[in-house]
Amino acid sequence: MNKEFVKFDKVDKSYDGKILVVKDLQLDIEEGEFVTMLGPSGSGKTTCLMMLAGFETPTHGEIYLDGKAISSIPPHKRGIGMVFQNYALFPHMTVYENLAFPLRVRKIPKDEADKKIDKALSMVSLQGFAQRMPGQLSGGQQQRVAVARSLVFDPQLVLMDEPLGALDKNLRESMQYEIKHIHESIGVTVVYVTHDQSEALTMSNRIAVFNDGKVQQLSSPDELYEKPVNSFVAEFIGENNTFAGEVSDISGGKCKVKLANAEILANPISVKGKGDKTTVSLRPERALINPGDKMDNVHKGKIEEVIYHGDHTRVRINLLGNSEFILKVPNSSSNLDVKLGNEIKIGWNSEDARALDPK
Amino acid sequence: MSSETKQILTTDGIPLEVSLKKAERRNKIKAFLLVAPLLLFIIITYVFPIGDMLMRSVDDKMVTEMLPKTFKAMEKWDGKELPEEEVFAAFHSDFIKLVEEKREGKLSTQLNYTKNGFKSIIKKLRRKSKSFEEGNYKEQIMAVHKRWANVEYWQAIKRRAPAYTGQKYLKGIDMFKNENGEIVNVPEDRRIHRVLWLRTLEIAFFVTLFCFLMAYPIAHLLATLPMKYSNLLMICVLLPFWTSLLVRTASWMILLQQQGLVNDFFVGIGLVADDNRPEMMFNKTGSYVAMTQILLPFMVLPLYSVMKTISPSLMRAGKSLGGTPFVAFWKVYFPLTIPGIGAGCLLVFILAIGYYITPALVGGASGTLISNQIAFHMKSTLDWSFASAMGLMLLTGVLAIYWVYNKLVGIDNIKLG
Repeated sequence: MNKEFVKFDKVDKSYDGKILVVKDLQLDIEEGEFVTMLGPSGSGKTTCLMMLAGFETPTHGEIYLDGKAISSIPPHKRGIGMVFQNYALFPHMTVYENLAFPLRVRKIPKDEADKKIDKALSMVSLQGFAQRMPGQLSGGQQQRVAVARSLVFDPQLVLMDEPLGALDKNLRESMQYEIKHIHESIGVTVVYVTHDQSEALTMSNRIAVFNDGKVQQLSSPDELYEKPVNSFVAEFIGENNTFAGEVSDISGGKCKVKLANAEILANPISVKGKGDKTTVSLRPERALINPGDKMDNVHKGKIEEVIYHGDHTRVRINLLGNSEFILKVPNSSSNLDVKLGNEIKIGWNSEDARALDPK
Repeated sequence: MSSETKQILTTDGIPLEVSLKKAERRNKIKAFLLVAPLLLFIIITYVFPIGDMLMRSVDDKMVTEMLPKTFKAMEKWDGKELPEEEVFAAFHSDFIKLVEEKREGKLSTQLNYTKNGFKSIIKKLRRKSKSFEEGNYKEQIMAVHKRWANVEYWQAIKRRAPAYTGQKYLKGIDMFKNENGEIVNVPEDRRIHRVLWLRTLEIAFFVTLFCFLMAYPIAHLLATLPMKYSNLLMICVLLPFWTSLLVRTASWMILLQQQGLVNDFFVGIGLVADDNRPEMMFNKTGSYVAMTQILLPFMVLPLYSVMKTISPSLMRAGKSLGGTPFVAFWKVYFPLTIPGIGAGCLLVFILAIGYYITPALVGGASGTLISNQIAFHMKSTLDWSFASAMGLMLLTGVLAIYWVYNKLVGIDNIKLG
């Protein structure tokens, strides 16, 4: 497999000559991979996708597709399939004609094209819808047609620009699995853009977290969640408890972080030495109530809010000066002393408390 | 089940349907009262005048009422040879009455429309009729002037017997009913209306075409430019719209006349010789240029409103799927703008076909349209019934175009804004 099937090489992009929306982007995508560009709006992820599709040109740097520089190739010659945010189905054409469009411009004979269209429609389970107009389809069906259309001409690379943004929650989830399965079954390389982290975590092989025109972290979903490399990623992906402080000691793979009126042990990720400012990040599910002896951080906090969520209870605690500390308490009979105003003991392993860059 | 068909009652026992109707009646009355002023306005200012025009264009009662006895007597006349004494006597009695009421002048004007030469012989008849003796009117009238002894003149009178006539419509297409009641073309040297109709269609067609060719890119720009620029461009499109039509037409006269700015410029760059300046005003060219400019906004606005709704991602999709920019435009963008094209073309064509003031000012002899002819008959010859007939023919033409458009494109596909 080609490790550098898509390669962004030191790509800059500016629209107005003043602000860089993409800064020195370096990104390799492996053939057959499902890579998601995830980030808040304005982080440059869609711009990257548009540069890859050919609708925007890089201000500096080069993009390679399968080893070829593509900056000077117009979009229609790149052979990249694309699914647009609002589907962009041609409203005056039937589903069949929509799917036939890329085949017709490639001068593929009709019988062969028909076979491909049948195959693509069955892939998204829309057989029998060929003669419908897009306006007669539901949002989810239109979405499937858009996916089928982007795949019908067998592109090596498919780009998806927030394709599920307009769907309701349930449909979105089922479409996530559907797209994932299609990707697995045909092995096409997919570059997917979204701002929905659960979507990204569900579907991707690797996720590139964008912020401020830069890739903050590019790694697999579990690594992204478990081991964020900076406080933006930690904050953006999943829920996060933070403590801002200053490193007072580093030794033996652990560091001491001095908070306003306490000291905690943490895992030094991006702190180098004594005196560094840091933000310590801790996932809510990694902190326990009434911990055993094994945990090297145990502190007392006061319960400020209890929100019942069925399978678990979210508890907001004032801990070490952080009144936004969230705990997820599983719904079991042993945790009945979780009541508003109670003082409880909370503990976590220093390994899970990642000392990252200060915010 | 009987329970399913049972009437549903509201809580106070009134059937639901009755209650619903009652509730909706108030809204219906309110809605009607809201539209009533406009409805009344349309009836008074549009339906009545059109109806009046229709009546006027076929109305030929004037002569019928002036010569009632004559026409009654003429019923038995076969129209081949000179009528009998009976007809002459009836004519004399009608005529005396007209002279008493001083209306014989009108009769002569009316009869003169049918056949030239009535004016003088009626004047003469009035003078001589004072000294007529009773009886044998045929001899006496024929003695007034030799035309009174000519059967053609009596045939002409008889042709005016019906109270309604379509002759104005025939005249509108350069035809007339001859003495034998056949519909024939007028002599070639007197055909003017057919040329005008054709010219009107031609100019309307080309003005529509020019407007379309110019408006399409403008509308596209308007729809795709960032708001900041598109607003400015929109103002540029609308600015002429807010300027008086006369001012705009007059400025074209300044620009395009032989000693005008455009010609000066052509001479300046050596494109044409100074003594051979092209005529761009007071002919068809003038009409084309001025009308295209004036009608342009009517094409731009419907196109713009349609293009505004076309998502730019559609063109992108077309390109990303492998279509060249031209294919993406032609197969994706263009078909989606057809409702706007239809609306714009229909609007411009219909406006152009009835355009009056601009061709009157800049069209000269070769650039005037049918509406100028209508205005001419309204104002100068005072032949209102002919003007009405032509107006109605124009209206019918517009309706026909509308009908054809509906058959070809479908009126539901139209989008005006």
